[in-house]
Amino acid sequence: MSGIPHDHYEPKTGIEKWLNKRLPIVGLVYDTIMIPTPKNLNWWWIWGIVLAYCLVHMIVTGIVLVMHYTPHVDLAFASVEHIMRDVNGGYMIRYLHANGASLFFVAVYIHIFRGLYYGSYKAPREVTWIVGMLIYLMMMGTAFMGYVLPWGQMSFWGATVITGLFGAIPFIGEPIQTWLLGGPAVDNATLNRFFSLHYLLPFVIAALVAIHIWAFHTTGNNNPTGVEVRRTSKADAEKDTLPFWPYFVIKDLFALVVVLAVFFAIVGFMPNYLGHPDNYIEANPLVTPAHIVPEWYFLPFYAILRAFTSEVWVVQIASFVTGGIIDAKFFGVLAMFGAIAVMALAPWLDTSSVRSARYRPMLKWWFWLLVIDFMALMWLGAMPAEEPYASFSLIGSAYWFGYFLVILPLMGVIEKPLQTPDTIEEDFNAKYGSSKGDAAGTPAE
Amino acid sequence: MIKKLTLSALTALSLSASGAYAAGAAGHIEDFAFSFEGPFGTYDQHQLQRGLQVYTEVCAACHGLKFVPIRSMAEEGGLGYSEDEVRAYASQNFEVYDEELEDFRPARPADHFPENTGAGAPDLSLMAKARAGFHGPYGLGINQFVKGIGGAEYIASLLSGYTGEIKEEAGTTLYENTAFPGGWISMAPPLEDGLVEYSDGHSNDLHHLSADVSAFLMWTAEPKMMARKQAGFTAVLFLVVLSVLLYLTNKRIWKPIKKKAKQA
Repeated sequence: MSGIPHDHYEPKTGIEKWLNKRLPIVGLVYDTIMIPTPKNLNWWWIWGIVLAYCLVHMIVTGIVLVMHYTPHVDLAFASVEHIMRDVNGGYMIRYLHANGASLFFVAVYIHIFRGLYYGSYKAPREVTWIVGMLIYLMMMGTAFMGYVLPWGQMSFWGATVITGLFGAIPFIGEPIQTWLLGGPAVDNATLNRFFSLHYLLPFVIAALVAIHIWAFHTTGNNNPTGVEVRRTSKADAEKDTLPFWPYFVIKDLFALVVVLAVFFAIVGFMPNYLGHPDNYIEANPLVTPAHIVPEWYFLPFYAILRAFTSEVWVVQIASFVTGGIIDAKFFGVLAMFGAIAVMALAPWLDTSSVRSARYRPMLKWWFWLLVIDFMALMWLGAMPAEEPYASFSLIGSAYWFGYFLVILPLMGVIEKPLQTPDTIEEDFNAKYGSSKGDAAGTPAE
Repeated sequence: MIKKLTLSALTALSLSASGAYAAGAAGHIEDFAFSFEGPFGTYDQHQLQRGLQVYTEVCAACHGLKFVPIRSMAEEGGLGYSEDEVRAYASQNFEVYDEELEDFRPARPADHFPENTGAGAPDLSLMAKARAGFHGPYGLGINQFVKGIGGAEYIASLLSGYTGEIKEEAGTTLYENTAFPGGWISMAPPLEDGLVEYSDGHSNDLHHLSADVSAFLMWTAEPKMMARKQAGFTAVLFLVVLSVLLYLTNKRIWKPIKKKAKQA
């Protein structure tokens, strides 16, 4: 791969030369593993490895679960109990898979917010960012359909509510919803297609992950300073970088194992903490649960979906202007998908000349407010749709859009960025040099 | 479309019928000190056996345990019966319909506990995981993080939470219960002091009967809990040791790099 100048693979022995002429696969692996990586990466950069682990973890446990699961409305719930009771180690595999989804989303959210803080989305890494957003969307689809498979009450009613969102699209909504469900309501056809897609999408994600890695291996990693690696010569580049192996592989593995220790404690000691009790009740189309609550990782966007009721003035204006085509329900759906769309557009909304919020004295605070906003929306999404939660959700939603649509473009104009270091080497030496500078952030051990 | 309308109509009907569920007012869940709480908590084999007795003599009249294989009573980390004891228990207490015989026959260990839908009572196999204790404060789940999900507490609180008040509503008798959401439940008080005589002479007041059968239902819902906790403990221990090794490796690899930075 092109980009930062570094040593490439040279086949030495006869067999290596023979293979390299026909398929340069060893060189590809070598260049990927030995990619020059900014040496000042801090601990926020470890979540990519955690995510890669999660994808493998979910595919492996998932494939084993499929060997014992039955996708049929009359048998699905019982087959999950069969896994929990009769299959050797089945209870562990299922809990690893169910909680693995939560680990996946913890990691992806930290990974995304790291990108937002250090400006990893900014040029020339827009493609990496967009592909990442596609992966995130695919993850949400996969997780949603996976949650339907155990065929508990929350599976069934969650599927009913979420597919109902598509029914809110004017004119074509209802046919689309019927097409998605394979019938007028959530039933066996729905379960079967969700099962099929739940198995398919992870492999699409795997392909997108390869593209994601390819993209940032082309541009090089961002780093906490946002300053580019010097590419003037190999010698200069080597002052700013270290090869991925062994420096970052070992560092990332250490972090991964620490994360996994916490993960296995949750799986071993409290595997149902992040789930919902209602999903241990078999799906019943005749009994609606008192509160239909999505999984925790959907809650911030669920809160945005519910925030825009018909009493909100923007909704009323939208409804008036479009002659009622955009009603409150459809507005909520647009807001929910819009919340992700504005995030995907961040590379073009951010007008600042500086990447890293470390050198952006104003944006830094707006960013942390966005993190708090995200947490607050997550909490609000689990609360009943009543006051004062509805108003809070509206404020939280407004800030989410405000950050991307107003603050990001505006900050580039009014904010005076601090002096960034000239090189990554300078930043690294300031942190570990004898004259310990005032460099912010966690040490890049 | 018509099917959908019928569905929602039925949904609305069943909702108003089980109004207590929709009312949403959470009941009061008392805190029971169960032996299986916490990362190192284990099932109390004798308590599970007493709970089985309560289930068999009282609950089984209306409630089934259709997901629970009878043979699992001989498995490790549970009731600890021998296979002969389980065989005897199955044949003495339950009859199942055999499709080959086209008739009922005494149950065998390979059968599941029978399903029981006669009285419209819910199946209890997973009840201890399908209910929860106090999910607060402010919906943050802190209580559950500290004290566990609380399904067994819910069942025990419900069984010992009757006030004695009775009312008629739409032809159904409802009993006031402090643990049940909404406060009124259609199940008559199933337990009372001394209702079941334990063979080991253990105290059999309402509080103990409720706790024992709740512990048993926790086991029916999560029969592999002890194996799971053990696996979790082993995994965490292994990962902690591995993380120490990787920490030291990482420190060593970076040492010359940081040293060079110091000299710069």
